[in-house]
Amino acid sequence: MKIEVSRRKVHNEFAQKVEEISGQNLFACYQCGNCTAGCPVSFAMDLGPHQVIRFCLLGLEEEVLKSNTFWMCASCLQCTSRCPKGLDIARIMEAIRLVILRKKERLDRLEVAELSEEFLERVPQIALISGFRKFSS
Amino acid sequence: MEYLYFPGCTLYTKAKNLDEAGRECAKVLGFELKELSNWTCCGAAFPLAKDNIMALAPPARILARAKEEGGTLTTLCSVCFNVIKRTNRLIRGDEERREKINTFIEMDYQGDVQVLHYLEILKRDVGFDSLKAAVKRDLQGLKVAPFYGCMLLRPFEEMEFDDKEAPTIFEEFLEGITCEPVDFPYKIECCGAFQSVGAPEVAMECAYAILNSALKNGAEAVTTTCPLCQFNIDSMQREIRERYNDFPGIPIIYFTQLLGLALGLPIEKLDFNRNDVDPRPLMKEKGLL
Repeated sequence: MKIEVSRRKVHNEFAQKVEEISGQNLFACYQCGNCTAGCPVSFAMDLGPHQVIRFCLLGLEEEVLKSNTFWMCASCLQCTSRCPKGLDIARIMEAIRLVILRKKERLDRLEVAELSEEFLERVPQIALISGFRKFSS
Repeated sequence: MEYLYFPGCTLYTKAKNLDEAGRECAKVLGFELKELSNWTCCGAAFPLAKDNIMALAPPARILARAKEEGGTLTTLCSVCFNVIKRTNRLIRGDEERREKINTFIEMDYQGDVQVLHYLEILKRDVGFDSLKAAVKRDLQGLKVAPFYGCMLLRPFEEMEFDDKEAPTIFEEFLEGITCEPVDFPYKIECCGAFQSVGAPEVAMECAYAILNSALKNGAEAVTTTCPLCQFNIDSMQREIRERYNDFPGIPIIYFTQLLGLALGLPIEKLDFNRNDVDPRPLMKEKGLL
Protein backbone atom coordinates (compact mmCIF):
# COMPACT_ATOMS: atom_id res chain seq x y z
CA MET A 1 0.00 0.00 0.00
CA LYS A 2 1.28 3.39 -0.92
CA ILE A 3 1.08 6.00 1.81
CA GLU A 4 1.60 9.54 0.80
CA VAL A 5 2.82 11.77 3.56
CA SER A 6 3.19 15.44 2.86
CA ARG A 7 3.12 18.49 5.05
CA ARG A 8 0.64 20.14 2.70
CA LYS A 9 -1.83 17.31 3.11
CA VAL A 10 -1.29 16.90 6.84
CA HIS A 11 -1.12 20.46 8.04
CA ASN A 12 -4.01 21.40 5.78
CA GLU A 13 -6.27 24.43 5.48
CA PHE A 14 -8.48 23.28 8.34
CA ALA A 15 -5.56 22.85 10.77
CA GLN A 16 -4.22 26.24 9.76
CA LYS A 17 -7.59 27.85 10.31
CA VAL A 18 -7.75 26.35 13.82
CA GLU A 19 -4.25 27.67 14.51
CA GLU A 20 -5.10 31.09 13.19
CA ILE A 21 -8.29 31.54 15.21
CA SER A 22 -6.84 30.06 18.40
CA GLY A 23 -3.39 31.61 18.08
CA GLN A 24 -1.94 28.26 19.19
CA ASN A 25 0.77 26.15 17.58
CA LEU A 26 -0.75 22.69 17.32
CA PHE A 27 2.67 21.16 16.69
CA ALA A 28 3.63 21.99 20.27
CA CYS A 29 1.37 19.18 21.50
CA TYR A 30 3.30 16.01 22.38
CA GLN A 31 0.22 13.95 23.21
CA CYS A 32 0.78 13.53 26.94
CA GLY A 33 -2.98 13.46 27.53
CA ASN A 34 -2.89 15.71 30.59
CA CYS A 35 -5.72 17.81 29.13
CA THR A 36 -7.98 14.81 28.71
CA ALA A 37 -7.07 13.40 32.13
CA GLY A 38 -8.02 16.58 33.94
CA CYS A 39 -11.04 17.50 31.82
CA PRO A 40 -14.21 17.46 33.95
CA VAL A 41 -16.42 16.69 30.95
CA SER A 42 -14.20 14.19 29.12
CA PHE A 43 -16.63 11.44 30.21
CA ALA A 44 -19.13 12.88 27.73
CA MET A 45 -16.66 13.37 24.86
CA ASP A 46 -16.21 10.92 22.01
CA LEU A 47 -12.61 12.08 21.47
CA GLY A 48 -10.32 13.37 24.18
CA PRO A 49 -9.03 16.93 23.68
CA HIS A 50 -5.52 15.56 22.98
CA GLN A 51 -6.93 13.30 20.27
CA VAL A 52 -8.74 16.24 18.69
CA ILE A 53 -5.43 18.11 18.48
CA ARG A 54 -3.74 15.12 16.88
CA PHE A 55 -6.59 14.70 14.39
CA CYS A 56 -6.38 18.40 13.52
CA LEU A 57 -2.68 18.04 12.83
CA LEU A 58 -3.33 15.07 10.59
CA GLY A 59 -5.78 17.19 8.64
CA LEU A 60 -8.71 14.94 9.56
CA GLU A 61 -11.26 17.72 9.34
CA GLU A 62 -14.33 15.57 8.96
CA GLU A 63 -13.48 13.32 11.93
CA VAL A 64 -12.85 16.33 14.13
CA LEU A 65 -15.99 18.20 13.13
CA LYS A 66 -18.25 15.23 13.67
CA SER A 67 -16.92 14.64 17.20
CA ASN A 68 -18.75 16.26 20.10
CA THR A 69 -15.59 17.18 22.02
CA PHE A 70 -15.54 20.91 21.34
CA TRP A 71 -19.30 21.21 21.97
CA MET A 72 -18.89 19.52 25.34
CA CYS A 73 -15.99 21.79 26.35
CA ALA A 74 -17.14 24.18 29.08
CA SER A 75 -14.16 26.57 28.69
CA CYS A 76 -13.20 25.92 32.32
CA LEU A 77 -9.50 26.19 31.37
CA GLN A 78 -8.38 23.23 33.48
CA CYS A 79 -6.57 21.82 30.41
CA THR A 80 -5.05 25.20 29.64
CA SER A 81 -3.88 25.55 33.20
CA ARG A 82 -2.20 22.12 33.24
CA CYS A 83 -0.72 21.78 29.73
CA PRO A 84 3.03 21.19 30.18
CA LYS A 85 3.65 22.75 26.76
CA GLY A 86 1.71 25.90 27.55
CA LEU A 87 -0.95 25.31 24.91
CA ASP A 88 -4.24 27.05 25.51
CA ILE A 89 -6.41 24.08 24.64
CA ALA A 90 -9.65 25.91 25.49
CA ARG A 91 -8.77 28.33 22.68
CA ILE A 92 -8.31 25.41 20.30
CA MET A 93 -11.79 24.08 21.20
CA GLU A 94 -13.25 27.57 20.70
CA ALA A 95 -11.56 27.80 17.30
CA ILE A 96 -13.11 24.51 16.16
CA ARG A 97 -16.55 25.66 17.32
CA LEU A 98 -16.03 28.83 15.32
CA VAL A 99 -14.94 26.95 12.18
CA ILE A 100 -18.48 25.55 12.22
CA LEU A 101 -20.38 28.59 13.50
CA ARG A 102 -18.75 30.93 10.99
CA LYS A 103 -19.83 28.87 7.98
CA LYS A 104 -22.49 30.57 5.89
CA GLU A 105 -24.96 27.79 6.68
CA ARG A 106 -24.98 29.00 10.32
CA LEU A 107 -25.02 25.54 11.84
CA ASP A 108 -25.98 26.63 15.34
CA ARG A 109 -25.72 24.05 18.06
CA LEU A 110 -28.45 25.66 20.14
CA GLU A 111 -31.71 27.38 19.24
CA VAL A 112 -33.73 29.44 21.72
CA ALA A 113 -36.90 27.69 20.56
CA GLU A 114 -35.48 24.37 21.78
CA LEU A 115 -35.51 25.56 25.39
CA SER A 116 -38.73 25.12 27.33
CA GLU A 117 -40.43 28.12 28.84
CA GLU A 118 -40.14 26.55 32.27
CA PHE A 119 -36.38 26.20 31.82
CA LEU A 120 -36.02 29.75 30.51
CA GLU A 121 -37.81 31.02 33.62
CA ARG A 122 -35.44 29.08 35.82
CA VAL A 123 -32.04 29.54 34.22
CA PRO A 124 -29.93 32.60 35.10
CA GLN A 125 -28.97 35.14 32.41
CA ILE A 126 -25.32 34.29 32.84
CA ALA A 127 -25.93 30.72 31.61
CA LEU A 128 -28.04 31.79 28.64
CA ILE A 129 -25.68 34.52 27.47
CA SER A 130 -22.53 32.46 27.76
CA GLY A 131 -24.30 29.44 26.29
CA PHE A 132 -25.53 31.27 23.22
CA ARG A 133 -22.15 32.89 22.75
CA LYS A 134 -20.56 29.46 22.62
CA PHE A 135 -23.24 27.58 20.70
CA SER A 136 -24.67 29.99 18.15
CA SER A 137 -23.39 32.16 15.34
CA MET B 1 -13.99 53.66 52.08
CA GLU B 2 -15.87 53.50 48.82
CA TYR B 3 -15.47 50.96 46.04
CA LEU B 4 -16.91 51.27 42.59
CA TYR B 5 -19.11 48.22 42.11
CA PHE B 6 -20.16 46.32 39.01
CA PRO B 7 -23.10 44.04 39.88
CA GLY B 8 -23.64 42.35 36.49
CA CYS B 9 -26.93 41.15 35.01
CA THR B 10 -27.64 38.09 37.07
CA LEU B 11 -27.12 39.83 40.40
CA TYR B 12 -29.97 42.17 39.59
CA THR B 13 -32.48 39.36 39.25
CA LYS B 14 -31.76 35.67 39.82
CA ALA B 15 -28.80 36.24 42.14
CA LYS B 16 -30.21 39.06 44.27
CA ASN B 17 -29.25 36.98 47.29
CA LEU B 18 -25.58 37.31 46.29
CA ASP B 19 -25.84 41.05 45.60
CA GLU B 20 -27.97 42.37 48.44
CA ALA B 21 -26.14 40.51 51.19
CA GLY B 22 -22.85 41.76 49.74
CA ARG B 23 -23.99 45.39 49.84
CA GLU B 24 -25.40 45.09 53.36
CA CYS B 25 -22.28 43.40 54.72
CA ALA B 26 -20.10 46.12 53.20
CA LYS B 27 -21.96 48.72 55.26
CA VAL B 28 -21.45 46.70 58.43
CA LEU B 29 -17.75 46.32 57.68
CA GLY B 30 -17.32 50.03 57.03
CA PHE B 31 -17.08 50.26 53.27
CA GLU B 32 -19.55 51.07 50.58
CA LEU B 33 -20.20 49.60 47.18
CA LYS B 34 -21.01 52.49 44.88
CA GLU B 35 -22.67 51.20 41.75
CA LEU B 36 -21.03 52.07 38.43
CA SER B 37 -23.35 54.19 36.32
CA ASN B 38 -24.72 53.07 32.97
CA TRP B 39 -23.22 49.62 33.17
CA THR B 40 -24.02 46.89 30.67
CA CYS B 41 -23.60 43.13 30.56
CA CYS B 42 -19.93 42.11 30.54
CA GLY B 43 -20.62 39.47 27.89
CA ALA B 44 -20.52 36.53 30.31
CA ALA B 45 -17.68 34.80 28.43
CA PHE B 46 -14.19 36.07 27.69
CA PRO B 47 -13.71 35.61 23.94
CA LEU B 48 -11.13 32.90 23.32
CA ALA B 49 -10.77 33.57 19.60
CA LYS B 50 -7.93 35.98 18.87
CA ASP B 51 -9.94 37.80 16.22
CA ASN B 52 -13.12 38.26 18.26
CA ILE B 53 -12.49 41.85 19.21
CA MET B 54 -16.17 42.78 19.15
CA ALA B 55 -16.80 40.73 22.30
CA LEU B 56 -14.23 42.85 24.12
CA ALA B 57 -16.18 46.07 23.55
CA PRO B 58 -18.70 45.68 26.42
CA PRO B 59 -16.13 44.91 29.15
CA ALA B 60 -13.83 47.61 27.73
CA ARG B 61 -16.61 50.17 27.93
CA ILE B 62 -17.36 49.13 31.50
CA LEU B 63 -13.69 49.58 32.39
CA ALA B 64 -13.44 52.94 30.65
CA ARG B 65 -16.43 54.17 32.66
CA ALA B 66 -14.87 52.84 35.85
CA LYS B 67 -11.76 54.83 35.04
CA GLU B 68 -13.86 57.99 34.76
CA GLU B 69 -15.66 57.29 38.01
CA GLY B 70 -12.88 56.06 40.23
CA GLY B 71 -10.03 53.80 39.28
CA THR B 72 -10.96 50.48 40.82
CA LEU B 73 -13.82 48.17 39.93
CA THR B 74 -15.21 45.51 42.25
CA THR B 75 -17.36 42.53 41.35
CA LEU B 76 -19.07 39.78 43.30
CA CYS B 77 -19.70 37.47 40.36
CA SER B 78 -16.77 35.26 39.37
CA VAL B 79 -17.63 35.33 35.67
CA CYS B 80 -17.83 39.14 35.52
CA PHE B 81 -14.58 39.25 37.47
CA ASN B 82 -12.92 36.93 34.96
CA VAL B 83 -14.19 38.69 31.82
CA ILE B 84 -13.42 42.20 33.08
CA LYS B 85 -10.03 41.37 34.56
CA ARG B 86 -8.86 39.49 31.46
CA THR B 87 -10.08 42.26 29.17
CA ASN B 88 -8.30 44.83 31.31
CA ARG B 89 -5.03 42.97 31.05
CA LEU B 90 -5.42 42.51 27.32
CA ILE B 91 -6.05 46.22 26.80
CA ARG B 92 -3.01 47.07 28.92
CA GLY B 93 -0.65 44.78 27.07
CA ASP B 94 -1.84 44.69 23.48
CA GLU B 95 -1.46 48.00 21.72
CA GLU B 96 -2.95 46.96 18.43
CA ARG B 97 -6.16 45.58 19.91
CA ARG B 98 -6.34 48.44 22.42
CA GLU B 99 -6.46 50.92 19.56
CA LYS B 100 -9.12 48.95 17.72
CA ILE B 101 -11.29 48.66 20.83
CA ASN B 102 -10.90 52.34 21.71
CA THR B 103 -11.81 53.39 18.20
CA PHE B 104 -14.91 51.25 18.37
CA ILE B 105 -16.12 52.32 21.80
CA GLU B 106 -15.07 55.93 21.14
CA MET B 107 -13.27 56.18 24.45
CA ASP B 108 -9.63 56.26 25.39
CA TYR B 109 -8.85 53.53 27.86
CA GLN B 110 -5.35 52.24 28.64
CA GLY B 111 -6.11 49.30 30.94
CA ASP B 112 -5.18 50.97 34.20
CA VAL B 113 -8.26 50.29 36.35
CA GLN B 114 -7.65 47.92 39.23
CA VAL B 115 -10.16 45.06 39.05
CA LEU B 116 -11.03 43.52 42.41
CA HIS B 117 -13.15 40.72 43.71
CA TYR B 118 -15.08 41.28 46.93
CA LEU B 119 -13.08 38.49 48.60
CA GLU B 120 -9.90 40.44 47.87
CA ILE B 121 -11.31 43.50 49.63
CA LEU B 122 -12.13 41.33 52.62
CA LYS B 123 -8.64 39.88 52.67
CA ARG B 124 -6.58 42.92 51.75
CA ASP B 125 -8.47 45.92 53.08
CA VAL B 126 -10.74 44.61 55.84
CA GLY B 127 -8.46 41.76 56.88
CA PHE B 128 -9.71 38.37 58.01
CA ASP B 129 -8.69 39.09 61.62
CA SER B 130 -10.84 42.24 61.73
CA LEU B 131 -13.58 40.24 60.09
CA LYS B 132 -13.42 37.73 62.92
CA ALA B 133 -13.70 40.57 65.41
CA ALA B 134 -16.87 41.79 63.66
CA VAL B 135 -18.63 38.43 63.92
CA LYS B 136 -21.92 38.70 65.83
CA ARG B 137 -23.35 35.26 65.18
CA ASP B 138 -20.93 32.45 65.89
CA LEU B 139 -21.04 29.88 63.08
CA GLN B 140 -18.74 27.47 64.88
CA GLY B 141 -19.49 23.91 63.98
CA LEU B 142 -20.95 24.77 60.57
CA LYS B 143 -18.98 22.69 58.09
CA VAL B 144 -18.82 24.49 54.78
CA ALA B 145 -17.07 23.36 51.59
CA PRO B 146 -15.74 26.33 49.58
CA PHE B 147 -16.40 25.81 45.88
CA TYR B 148 -14.03 28.02 43.90
CA GLY B 149 -15.00 26.81 40.44
CA CYS B 150 -12.95 27.99 37.47
CA MET B 151 -13.41 31.65 36.82
CA LEU B 152 -11.85 33.10 39.97
CA LEU B 153 -8.66 31.17 39.39
CA ARG B 154 -8.05 30.50 35.72
CA PRO B 155 -6.06 31.41 33.77
CA PHE B 156 -3.77 31.71 36.74
CA GLU B 157 -1.27 34.06 35.06
CA GLU B 158 -4.01 36.52 34.18
CA MET B 159 -6.27 36.28 37.23
CA GLU B 160 -3.41 36.47 39.76
CA PHE B 161 -5.97 35.58 42.39
CA ASP B 162 -4.66 32.56 44.26
CA ASP B 163 -2.75 29.30 43.75
CA LYS B 164 -4.04 27.54 40.65
CA GLU B 165 -4.28 24.07 42.19
CA ALA B 166 -4.47 24.69 45.93
CA PRO B 167 -6.08 28.07 46.62
CA THR B 168 -6.78 29.07 50.22
CA ILE B 169 -8.47 32.50 50.23
CA PHE B 170 -11.95 31.00 50.49
CA GLU B 171 -10.92 28.80 53.44
CA GLU B 172 -9.31 31.80 55.15
CA PHE B 173 -12.54 33.71 54.65
CA LEU B 174 -14.59 30.86 56.14
CA GLU B 175 -12.29 30.68 59.14
CA GLY B 176 -12.64 34.45 59.45
CA ILE B 177 -16.40 34.12 59.83
CA THR B 178 -15.93 31.20 62.27
CA CYS B 179 -17.12 28.44 59.92
CA GLU B 180 -15.25 25.19 59.64
CA PRO B 181 -13.89 24.96 56.07
CA VAL B 182 -14.10 21.53 54.48
CA ASP B 183 -11.35 20.69 52.03
CA PHE B 184 -12.48 18.53 49.13
CA PRO B 185 -10.76 17.48 45.91
CA TYR B 186 -13.39 18.98 43.60
CA LYS B 187 -13.11 22.53 44.89
CA ILE B 188 -11.47 23.90 41.72
CA GLU B 189 -13.41 21.74 39.27
CA CYS B 190 -15.89 23.06 36.74
CA CYS B 191 -19.60 23.09 37.62
CA GLY B 192 -20.45 22.46 33.96
CA ALA B 193 -20.78 26.19 33.28
CA PHE B 194 -22.97 27.03 30.26
CA GLN B 195 -23.44 23.32 29.55
CA SER B 196 -26.53 23.63 31.74
CA VAL B 197 -27.98 25.20 28.59
CA GLY B 198 -26.12 23.20 25.91
CA ALA B 199 -25.95 19.73 27.48
CA PRO B 200 -27.84 19.80 30.80
CA GLU B 201 -27.21 16.12 31.54
CA VAL B 202 -23.45 16.74 31.35
CA ALA B 203 -23.64 19.75 33.66
CA MET B 204 -25.76 17.67 36.03
CA GLU B 205 -23.05 14.98 36.21
CA CYS B 206 -20.41 17.63 36.93
CA ALA B 207 -22.54 19.00 39.75
CA TYR B 208 -23.20 15.52 41.11
CA ALA B 209 -19.47 14.71 41.27
CA ILE B 210 -18.72 18.00 43.05
CA LEU B 211 -21.50 17.67 45.60
CA ASN B 212 -20.75 14.02 46.30
CA SER B 213 -17.14 14.90 46.95
CA ALA B 214 -18.17 17.70 49.35
CA LEU B 215 -20.61 15.40 51.16
CA LYS B 216 -18.07 12.59 51.47
CA ASN B 217 -15.66 14.99 53.11
CA GLY B 218 -18.21 15.95 55.70
CA ALA B 219 -19.63 19.21 54.33
CA GLU B 220 -23.04 20.34 55.57
CA ALA B 221 -23.24 23.15 53.02
CA VAL B 222 -21.29 24.39 49.99
CA THR B 223 -20.52 28.03 49.35
CA THR B 224 -19.98 29.79 46.01
CA THR B 225 -19.12 33.20 44.59
CA CYS B 226 -20.69 32.64 41.20
CA PRO B 227 -24.33 32.67 40.06
CA LEU B 228 -23.56 30.14 37.34
CA CYS B 229 -21.95 27.69 39.80
CA GLN B 230 -24.84 28.38 42.15
CA PHE B 231 -27.41 27.47 39.50
CA ASN B 232 -25.60 24.33 38.44
CA ILE B 233 -24.98 22.92 41.88
CA ASP B 234 -28.10 24.27 43.60
CA SER B 235 -30.99 24.33 41.16
CA MET B 236 -29.74 21.28 39.25
CA GLN B 237 -30.10 19.19 42.41
CA ARG B 238 -33.68 18.65 41.17
CA GLU B 239 -32.33 16.76 38.16
CA ILE B 240 -29.71 14.99 40.30
CA ARG B 241 -32.39 13.65 42.64
CA GLU B 242 -34.42 12.39 39.68
CA ARG B 243 -31.42 10.47 38.39
CA TYR B 244 -29.85 9.38 41.69
CA ASN B 245 -32.62 8.87 44.20
CA ASP B 246 -30.24 8.21 47.09
CA PHE B 247 -28.72 11.69 46.73
CA PRO B 248 -29.37 13.43 50.05
CA GLY B 249 -29.13 17.03 48.82
CA ILE B 250 -27.02 19.79 50.34
CA PRO B 251 -27.67 23.53 50.70
CA ILE B 252 -25.61 25.86 48.49
CA ILE B 253 -25.13 29.28 50.05
CA TYR B 254 -23.53 32.38 48.52
CA PHE B 255 -20.49 33.53 50.45
CA THR B 256 -22.13 36.92 51.05
CA GLN B 257 -25.10 35.20 52.69
CA LEU B 258 -22.77 33.36 55.07
CA LEU B 259 -20.94 36.60 55.72
CA GLY B 260 -24.24 38.34 56.49
CA LEU B 261 -25.22 35.53 58.79
CA ALA B 262 -21.95 35.84 60.70
CA LEU B 263 -22.18 39.62 60.87
CA GLY B 264 -25.59 39.29 62.48
CA LEU B 265 -27.72 40.72 59.67
CA PRO B 266 -31.46 40.07 60.04
CA ILE B 267 -32.31 36.78 58.33
CA GLU B 268 -34.85 38.40 55.98
CA LYS B 269 -32.04 40.50 54.45
CA LEU B 270 -30.22 37.32 53.44
CA ASP B 271 -32.89 36.10 51.00
CA PHE B 272 -32.51 32.41 51.83
CA ASN B 273 -35.88 31.86 50.15
CA ARG B 274 -34.08 32.41 46.82
CA ASN B 275 -31.77 29.44 47.32
CA ASP B 276 -33.18 26.34 45.65
CA VAL B 277 -32.20 23.94 48.40
CA ASP B 278 -33.44 25.77 51.48
CA PRO B 279 -30.53 26.34 53.89
CA ARG B 280 -32.86 27.31 56.77
CA PRO B 281 -33.48 23.81 58.15
CA LEU B 282 -29.69 23.41 58.51
CA MET B 283 -29.43 26.83 60.15
CA LYS B 284 -32.18 25.88 62.58
CA GLU B 285 -30.47 22.59 63.35
CA LYS B 286 -27.30 24.52 64.13
CA GLY B 287 -29.18 26.92 66.34
CA LEU B 288 -28.49 29.87 64.04
CA LEU B 289 -32.08 30.87 63.39
